[in-house]
Amino acid sequence: MTRELWKGNEAIAEAAVRAGLQAYFGYPITPQTEALEYMSWRLPDLGRVFLQAESELGAINMVYGAACAGARTMTTTSSPGTSLMMEGLSYIAGTEVPMVLVDVVRGGPGLGNIAPAQGDYNQIVHGGGHGDYHPIVLAPASIQEAVDIVYQTFDIAEKYRTIVIVMLDGSIGQMMEPAEMPPMQEVRKVWPAWSASSTQGKRERNVLTSIYLDPKDMEKTNLRLMKTWQQIEKNEIRYKEYFMDDAKFAVVGFGSAGRVALSAVRAARAEGIPVGLFRPISVNPFPKQQILALTDKMDGFFVVEMNSGMMLDDVLLASQGRIPVEFYGRMGGVMPFPDEILREIRRLHAEGWKAEGHPRDRWLAKLEQIINEE
Amino acid sequence: MATTNFENMQVIYQHPESLLDKNTHYCPGCTHGVAHRLVAEVLDEMNLRDKTIGVASVGCSVFAYNYFDFDFVEAPHGRAPAMATGVKRVHPDKIVLTYQGDGDLISIGTGEITHAAARGENITVIFINNANYGMTGGQMAPTTLPGQKTTSSPKGRDVEQAGYPIRTSEMLATLDGAGYIVRRSLHDPKHIRQAKKAIRMAFETQVRGLGFSMVELLSTCPTNWHLSPVEATHWLEENMLPFYPLDDFKVHPALKNLNF
Amino acid sequence: MQNETVIAGFGGQGVLFVGKVLAHAALEVGMEVTWFPSYGPEMRGGTANCTVIFSNEEIGSPQVLNPTSAIVMNQPSLDKYEDMVVKDGYLIVNTSMTNREVKRKDIHAVCLPATEIAEEIGDKRLTNIVMLAALIKASDFFGQAEMETALKKSLEGKKNDLVAANMIALQKGFEFRA
Repeated sequence: MTRELWKGNEAIAEAAVRAGLQAYFGYPITPQTEALEYMSWRLPDLGRVFLQAESELGAINMVYGAACAGARTMTTTSSPGTSLMMEGLSYIAGTEVPMVLVDVVRGGPGLGNIAPAQGDYNQIVHGGGHGDYHPIVLAPASIQEAVDIVYQTFDIAEKYRTIVIVMLDGSIGQMMEPAEMPPMQEVRKVWPAWSASSTQGKRERNVLTSIYLDPKDMEKTNLRLMKTWQQIEKNEIRYKEYFMDDAKFAVVGFGSAGRVALSAVRAARAEGIPVGLFRPISVNPFPKQQILALTDKMDGFFVVEMNSGMMLDDVLLASQGRIPVEFYGRMGGVMPFPDEILREIRRLHAEGWKAEGHPRDRWLAKLEQIINEE
Repeated sequence: MATTNFENMQVIYQHPESLLDKNTHYCPGCTHGVAHRLVAEVLDEMNLRDKTIGVASVGCSVFAYNYFDFDFVEAPHGRAPAMATGVKRVHPDKIVLTYQGDGDLISIGTGEITHAAARGENITVIFINNANYGMTGGQMAPTTLPGQKTTSSPKGRDVEQAGYPIRTSEMLATLDGAGYIVRRSLHDPKHIRQAKKAIRMAFETQVRGLGFSMVELLSTCPTNWHLSPVEATHWLEENMLPFYPLDDFKVHPALKNLNF
Repeated sequence: MQNETVIAGFGGQGVLFVGKVLAHAALEVGMEVTWFPSYGPEMRGGTANCTVIFSNEEIGSPQVLNPTSAIVMNQPSLDKYEDMVVKDGYLIVNTSMTNREVKRKDIHAVCLPATEIAEEIGDKRLTNIVMLAALIKASDFFGQAEMETALKKSLEGKKNDLVAANMIALQKGFEFRA
């Protein structure tokens, strides 16, 4: 096993290359740019397609074209770029062609900043683009996990002919960690039967479109998409548990917030507090059944995020009000220190769980003071 | 009784293979049908149908893929050149065309078309300029003439308030990546024949890998212009030709001695 | 057990690079490691810092409030991180660029004129390696041989010709006696 130090953005690029990526289109935006730069030499060296687009609008539509043409294709971007790509994502979902997007999330809204954040959760998990569609969204928390996930994304995207989004944040994009790269897959040599790759005089023409002018036809397509989504919900749930065997309550956090929480949970365990960590890796589909099952064993869930509680809403829905839920988050590119989460864990352990009001309101009531004291 | 000897007859007209045998949804007198037919005839003559991939746009020609008999994809509004770029880069040995109207190409899609041309993207663009947004019911387009009445410029396009129309071909011809950019018109048979030659030249440009090719076709929109089909051709001739001169704005040197 | 080192200084002092050397050393002995930079506009000419965490188990937070050691290459970094280091932690101070003594008595402080030592070798840009060597010597995180391998790994490729000078800097840092 050869482990090498990789920068996050470059590691995901190499993982995609090894997964047989045929065409990459992108646009520079911090904190994702190293992925674009890496692709700019790596793909041409291998005789594959790299193109820097004129904008994220251009990039996503080039990806759309390449996906329709039958290629394994992807783009990488960061939050404001993801906003611009929403149009294309909706069309791609409607056309049912596979593609991969990596969103290295930064602080927002607006121009915001380039620091690590998780504020894109709602725009990519719960919508963004128009119409009824559901992309698969995977949120790794380390570089090795990101490599392993990106390596699988094309197979998953092609299996369901859907969009797979890998949601990172600036910290994972910019950090270095050891990773073992998976083996290089051969680039596919046969174009998929459904692709717009020209008839070659050998088959009926293929038309790939997202337009269904008759609402009844559109609804049939919606139904097909939803049935596919049900399959995805059944097959593609991913999560990781830490210290859950004898835990009395659980921290729930994804991506970087999840790994910051891990430090806090370890420290709490060292103090004898029976707390565990549930880290969703697939945030769409969300591990609803697992969360619901945990309500039988847990006194409460403590959700930690680097946003205003976007996954919190999913945890609340999944836990169906059976146990109390508490929330702690930092926004705008501020990454919480484990100490902040540990403080809340200690408090919950000592004072017990409150059920009145909304967890977001309880958090907001104290956030201002926390910010002022720092 | 006279008998007909079919064996000695010559085929002088037939349905192009690149066009499906369907009635179009276009309005009576609209020149989209003519443009479709010219593209299909050229692809037939060049024997390119089996290796062609089309990119439809948003506007009246959104359903272009219903009429052409080869692989087709349908782009978001204005993004056809970007999508075509993705297709062409994956299939550099295939023929890729976009078919776009003026609202799609030079309003919402200005960025995509400009950069496709600047990159010398080896695709062919058929650009239908009928001086308004046809599909949505005749609003002002970036090509609407000064003073021209539309549903969103009811007193006539006021250039002080709405700015001036864009001469797209002239603009794109300034880019080094452009291999062939010309403007033609579809208002009478003579000009239609010239338009077909230009479309042929545009695909020859792509076949030879000489860069971005575009044929701008001045077209009629009788319905939204509130004119009969014949009046519409006259309106085009009298109003559009003076503003949008028919010319060759960029012709790659390697194309100059080609003749059809 | 987890170790967290913050390296801080002005942009251009090689803060990120020396962190990378430390990360390579941890990787060399088969540990988990996370190198986490401050990134963005503040890197250019302003203050820079990075955090290197190594551990025998999966690493949680890539940044910590109270690191177990800190390398401070200038005065603002000393002012910022002296109080942050945990009790019994390590604080390596570049006295060439600071104007006061270390106040805390409950940490292991190593104060050395790293920039002057680097200049004696012939290049003040080697300050970072001199300081890293001083930390490794004091803490015994890794052996000198592992550090040499890590240094070579970090300079692979375009910077290969800098290995010799960096090796001398590493040696000088190890040899320093207060």
